Amino acid sequence: MFRRLPDAAAGPLVPVTIDGQGVMVPEGESAAAAALAAGMVPTRTTPVSGAPRAPWCMMGVCFECLMEIDGEPNMQGCMVPVRAGMVIRRQEGARRLPAMPGTSHEAAGASLGAASGAPAAAPANPQG
Amino acid sequence: MVSGPGEGHYAKPGLATEEESFDFVVVGSGPAGMAAASEAMRRGLSTLLLDEQPAAGGQIYRGIEAAADKPAHFARLGADYQHGRALATRLRDSGAVLRYGAFVWEITKDRRLTVSREGRSTLVHAGQILLATGALERPVPIPGWTLPGVMTAGAAQILLKTAGQVPAGRAVLAGSGPLLYLLAAQLIEAGAPPVILVETQPADNWMRALPHLPRALRNPALLKKGLGLLKTIRGAGVSRFAGATDLEALAGEDGRVRALSFMRRGRRVEVECDLLLLHEGVIPNMNLALALGCASRWSDTRLAFEPETDEWFQSSVEGVAIAGDGAGIEGAQAAEQQGRIAALGAAMRLGRITRAEAEAEAVPPREALAGWRGARPFLEALYRPADGQRIPSRADVIVCRCEEVTVADIRDAVATGALGPNQAKAFTRCGMGPCQGRMCGPTVTALIGQIRGVPPEEVGYYRLRPPLKPIPLAEIAAMAVASGGERQDAIRDRLPGGG
Ligand code: FES
Repeated sequence: MFRRLPDAAAGPLVPVTIDGQGVMVPEGESAAAAALAAGMVPTRTTPVSGAPRAPWCMMGVCFECLMEIDGEPNMQGCMVPVRAGMVIRRQEGARRLPAMPGTSHEAAGASLGAASGAPAAAPANPQG
Repeated sequence: MVSGPGEGHYAKPGLATEEESFDFVVVGSGPAGMAAASEAMRRGLSTLLLDEQPAAGGQIYRGIEAAADKPAHFARLGADYQHGRALATRLRDSGAVLRYGAFVWEITKDRRLTVSREGRSTLVHAGQILLATGALERPVPIPGWTLPGVMTAGAAQILLKTAGQVPAGRAVLAGSGPLLYLLAAQLIEAGAPPVILVETQPADNWMRALPHLPRALRNPALLKKGLGLLKTIRGAGVSRFAGATDLEALAGEDGRVRALSFMRRGRRVEVECDLLLLHEGVIPNMNLALALGCASRWSDTRLAFEPETDEWFQSSVEGVAIAGDGAGIEGAQAAEQQGRIAALGAAMRLGRITRAEAEAEAVPPREALAGWRGARPFLEALYRPADGQRIPSRADVIVCRCEEVTVADIRDAVATGALGPNQAKAFTRCGMGPCQGRMCGPTVTALIGQIRGVPPEEVGYYRLRPPLKPIPLAEIAAMAVASGGERQDAIRDRLPGGG
């Protein structure tokens, strides 16, 4: 969906794995940006209906960029800078779990949810 | 009344990293936050600046210092963006403690902030607080807005600023507001022009904007800039379709967006695209302020809730100021001046400068602020979003993206007796997902207001509670252990069922 301008890369190229493919990505750009440039779209499917989604805001607001980074699910991809050796994978909602805070989708572990006042569980820190 | 660093607030020896005190804590490093932190350091306040992002700049000057190292890239982004560099340099030189990747997930009226960074939460006590949390883009709940390939215009701009990325295929820009023109011009400069620009502001906005034009012309720089952008767009042969209504993003067989469909002059038009970038202006990002209980009111000209602030940008909560777009959308230049004024106010309340000194020092930023404000009423009227772009009518449109709650669900909730967003949440789960209502709050309030036929103030907004970002329970527990059990009461309050 996106391509990089040759003279504006975030940093030196480092090897990462996106959706099972080894690629070279400028260090420091966000994992969500790297996923979009690599064509990993959708970046997740929803836990409610399994609908495909991709990043919406790129500024940490919408949580549409949740993905699996280095084995951790529920990482907010637009807030995580790429590092050498990073493994970025699509998050398959319904099958894989996500119990984000405040949702009813059951999972192991626990986290506090905010707006709801009726928190549920999340297995990992989505902010990384 | 207020402790400076080293007085009173430090935790026991050995735990000093878990609790700290500063005279002034600024949340957000956009123009308001950067200017405020620099100003506060000049007045001798120990200052901590916190931001979620990895570097200073906020969204408007996102990635400013890294971009400045790439001359061609920096030049393409334009003079308004480049302005942020001096602010960032001044901040760096100011001596303020700068912490990035830091999420404030709780804030209390006695000015204690709980901050998560690198998987650890710590407490910060502040003599004075400035919330400079900026703006976020208004949701654009049209049919198909959840499809992959549909994003905000701001998201594309962030990709350009921070990663040097531009749309690879056919991009369509749609909506209302100056940011659309700016993004179009930036993409043109970068050699990746959009296919078309579809404009949704109602044609009769002009009539309402016109009376504000004389005042806007007193600071002609802003309007001249706008006309310059339009010229760039025209020069590149990018056509603009004005007066579009009933937008819909259509899905292709691969489940991604394949086209934008809209009504224009009584005809339905379809434009094929690989990427649809939507924008209907920006609104204050108020979650921290609301969670703290800062009083707010509805602005009918800006179509958003805004915090109430005094002439020093102090909110209704003693010692907590809100400046920049988070206090009401007035743009980056105004935000910078507001940040200065807010820092002077904080210094005054801390007794570091007298009221007379603060008043005298505030004259230049207040004058500058008045100048930047001049064009706002004109722009607000001209680009006021159409109701149809803000308040979805089709029953199947998703309102809450996290929990996939639709217009029909909200209507059912209202029919069953939900009078406001909090009841709608209990009935439908809207606003319960990880974004904590940021994406659906404005729509839910507007929709309920429309159904009930009452104004937004009467409908109200989501009640927000900490943690304001999803935080693993283990991280909170670790904080309890590190503070030697002293904080267990406070922490128990945050546990499920405890608050
Ligand atoms: S794309 Fe919105 S939070 Fe990451």
